[in-house]
Amino acid sequence: MAQLPDDRQYTAEHEWAKDDGGRIVVGITYYAQDQLGDVVFVGLPEPGSEVTAGEPLGEVESTKSVSDVYSPVTGRVAEKNLAVEQNPELINSDPYGKGWLVVIEPAEGGLGELMDAEAYGQLTE
Amino acid sequence: MTGTQGSLEQSAGTRPDGAGFPLVFELSRKGRRAWSLPEAKVDAPELDELVPERFRRSQAPALPEVSERDLVRHYTRLSQRNWAIDVGAYPLGSCSMKYNPKVAEEAAAMPGFAALHPLAPDDLVQGALELLGTLEEALCEATGMDAITMQPAAGAQGELTGLLIMRAWHEANGDARRRVIIPDSAHGTNPASVSLAGYEAVEVRSDERGLVDVEALIDVLDENVAGLMLTNPNTLGLFERDIVRIATAVHEVGGLLYYDGANFNSIVGIVRPGDMGFDIVHLNLHKTFATPHGGGGPGSGPLAVSDRLARFLPAPVLVYDKGTERWGWDHDRPDSIGRIHGFHGNFGINVRAYAYLRSLGPEGLRRVAERAVLNANYLRTLVADSFPTKYPGICMHEFVASAKPLKQHGVRAMDVAKRLIDFGYHPPTVYFPLVVEEALMVEPTETESKETIDGLADALNQIAGEAEEHPELLHGAPVTTPVRRPDEARAARRLTVRWTPE
Repeated sequence: MAQLPDDRQYTAEHEWAKDDGGRIVVGITYYAQDQLGDVVFVGLPEPGSEVTAGEPLGEVESTKSVSDVYSPVTGRVAEKNLAVEQNPELINSDPYGKGWLVVIEPAEGGLGELMDAEAYGQLTE
Repeated sequence: MTGTQGSLEQSAGTRPDGAGFPLVFELSRKGRRAWSLPEAKVDAPELDELVPERFRRSQAPALPEVSERDLVRHYTRLSQRNWAIDVGAYPLGSCSMKYNPKVAEEAAAMPGFAALHPLAPDDLVQGALELLGTLEEALCEATGMDAITMQPAAGAQGELTGLLIMRAWHEANGDARRRVIIPDSAHGTNPASVSLAGYEAVEVRSDERGLVDVEALIDVLDENVAGLMLTNPNTLGLFERDIVRIATAVHEVGGLLYYDGANFNSIVGIVRPGDMGFDIVHLNLHKTFATPHGGGGPGSGPLAVSDRLARFLPAPVLVYDKGTERWGWDHDRPDSIGRIHGFHGNFGINVRAYAYLRSLGPEGLRRVAERAVLNANYLRTLVADSFPTKYPGICMHEFVASAKPLKQHGVRAMDVAKRLIDFGYHPPTVYFPLVVEEALMVEPTETESKETIDGLADALNQIAGEAEEHPELLHGAPVTTPVRRPDEARAARRLTVRWTPE
């Protein structure tokens, strides 16, 4: 198991959310990509679309299955990762870095309290 | 690689990607033909008289041009590289790859059936219609339903047909509902069909028994629920023993119960969906009734309903007129959801199912179910130490084992599946259902002998041993096939489905 970055928070659905100057970068965890296997397709929302915390924002498809990606925060999509749409394997090779999925401009209230690295680490042990 | 294959490749030319011989397009030589027609003894009309210019292609389609010999050799060679139920065991869970009896093939090949034209007038095809009518009656009897359509081409189309009927029924009651409930162990086609029918799919989780969590189900039931889709036994091979309670709860909020017949083969002749409370049932004739599938199909997914839904069935409906003693088609069905297939479904497959049914009879069908369950439990027990099941206890016609214990050696379910090919068996279904980690879904079917199942168990147990001692054997598998392990991820990421000249 790769080291869990402690500069971000985690959800029980295996997404990570990182505060980047008020905007929230979202991706899926190393554990999630390991469970999925080789990711072959990513469906991401267009910038400008509204997302709701706990509701699906997109999907990742591997050779095994299709899984929803749940938004860790309510807000508006500011950016999506075009590179990961072109090269979904980035999610496998660098889930916490180049494999990010979307950047969300959070609605009022911002990012709520999610799991820290330690709590998420225990969940996936 | 054997000498035979080596010489084959020499004569045919070797491809760098390991496929071994050229594509039919690469065999193509301009002007080469697989046929020659005698010269016409009448004057050929001008092309303009036959097809106006605006309907003609500007250039010929890029079809391969090969001789008959090249054509036959090419496809025969391809077929020899395929695995088939006539070659060996095929324990592909969920798919019910049972042996397709040749008596059914013989029946379907009779010229009276095989050479029928779908537009032949009813008076000339009374025998074929009687066969369809008798089959419909038998399938209604087996499912405990009142009316049926043979139109759907396979299970998924049966699902859509059933959901459109569900929708039509609610709408006829002035009761627009929005949601259909589906357990988390369901086939992926269920939520897809629900969406296609314009409903929203709501997932209900399985409990620690691997069955529908009835309390969780009751929590999501309200007057917006159009129905519940359920596979029983479910995809874990477990019988939903709370079905009567489930049916009552769904009916209480005015919903309908849809029976996904994918696993009907394990209860046929023993218990009927209609008696469990289901309102709509699809069958997969290519599973329960042993007609060919998996590339050798086509399938057939008849859809049966209870009396109150019969008026919504796809038109036309086959009817028997007692006065004239004739079979015919009733097109006057104002409430019908409409046609969902050209003509009368996959007729040749229905002939095979009829032959299967009649050759076994009710007692024989019951034995089919009993033997399927016995075989699955026998195999499950033989491999339980290497590949445990997540949910304990007796299974129905299939079981879902887990390759999770091998993960510590860096071996995954896919590696086990690939290695099994080297032992001369088709792999089980892997990574489905999603509720089991490293799932291996195994369905030996009733048609395999004890010797075959023993051999399969030995192979699986040996593979578990290899995973511990020589995991590289599994990572490199299969080693006995002309094409080793295709890069599935690359194939999906860089999808190329069309050959183009360089």
